[in-house]
Amino acid sequence: MSKQGETTDEAGGAAPGAHGSLPKYLTGFGFAVLLTLTSFWAAGTHLVWAPGVPVLLAALAIAQMGVHLVYFLNVSSAPDQTNNFLALAFGIFVVGLVVFGSMIIMANLNANMMPMEQLIQMQR
Amino acid sequence: MSALEATGTSAPLPDYEIPFSRRGPAATRDVVAFGFWLFLLSDIVIFATLFAGYAVLSGQTARGPTGVELFDRGRVLLETACLLTSSFTCGLFAMSCVKRIRAATYLWGAVTFLLGASFIALELSEFARLIAQGAGPTRSAFLSAFFSLVGTHGLHVTIGLCWLLVMLAQVATLGFRPKILRRLLCFSLFWHTLDIVWIGVFTIVYLGAH
Repeated sequence: MSKQGETTDEAGGAAPGAHGSLPKYLTGFGFAVLLTLTSFWAAGTHLVWAPGVPVLLAALAIAQMGVHLVYFLNVSSAPDQTNNFLALAFGIFVVGLVVFGSMIIMANLNANMMPMEQLIQMQR
Repeated sequence: MSALEATGTSAPLPDYEIPFSRRGPAATRDVVAFGFWLFLLSDIVIFATLFAGYAVLSGQTARGPTGVELFDRGRVLLETACLLTSSFTCGLFAMSCVKRIRAATYLWGAVTFLLGASFIALELSEFARLIAQGAGPTRSAFLSAFFSLVGTHGLHVTIGLCWLLVMLAQVATLGFRPKILRRLLCFSLFWHTLDIVWIGVFTIVYLGAH
């Protein structure tokens, strides 16, 4: 390993995943295990009002994704991470657009569809 | 502002205090990791389209079996435990790589591989069970969407396992060169991202089954 190789390769901390340390991984793992177990518990419990369960599951999943991003991928909003963070924000935007856009459009189409019996009658 | 006063002295400033015009080129590792991060985000967009397809089609069972009848939560919890723990050991693997400790690198690499392989084995046996029950991907739109989404994730994990073996071989033959360390960094990013996708899969597909 040349000296120069080290300076160009280890100087920057701007890479995602560059700041890993044992306490950080352990904390992240602890949070992730807790959130996963809560998710599985919430899906089968009767303690929570049934229509509220999907919302609870979504909140737990988003929290766990956040834990993974912060503790495992080490993405943060630190000044040297602007590029990574902006790319992530754009990714989340596209994902939201694709998923919720498709769901709204398809639900709308489905609601406006002619009932199957009428469709069959028209084809006769 | 102290940054302006300090410009003349020899005290090194943090990168973000220096104007862009004086920073010089970014470190190779930062550029590589950023490029790979963009790839991962585009990969997540692929998964987003599959999730959208699943969300739209999950009710279209064509009078066939529904998710609640098919899925076994105990098995999913076991799969999740495998993948989550492998994500953690992958972090330890990446850390031993940075510290250039060979024994720890091989150990955590092997543990990560075994946990990932158990995940794939559990998933394949689940697929085999579903197909044996007559609930294969051709049964209904719901099952087509299910097999595409979960299968694409499984395919990613399989590719990740091959990549991990290649990286361990490269560490053994080439050692911890900067180039190898950059590849190891990309691998750990890939592995953690697959775990993030799995959170979406187990929440929406398995726990959200109705």
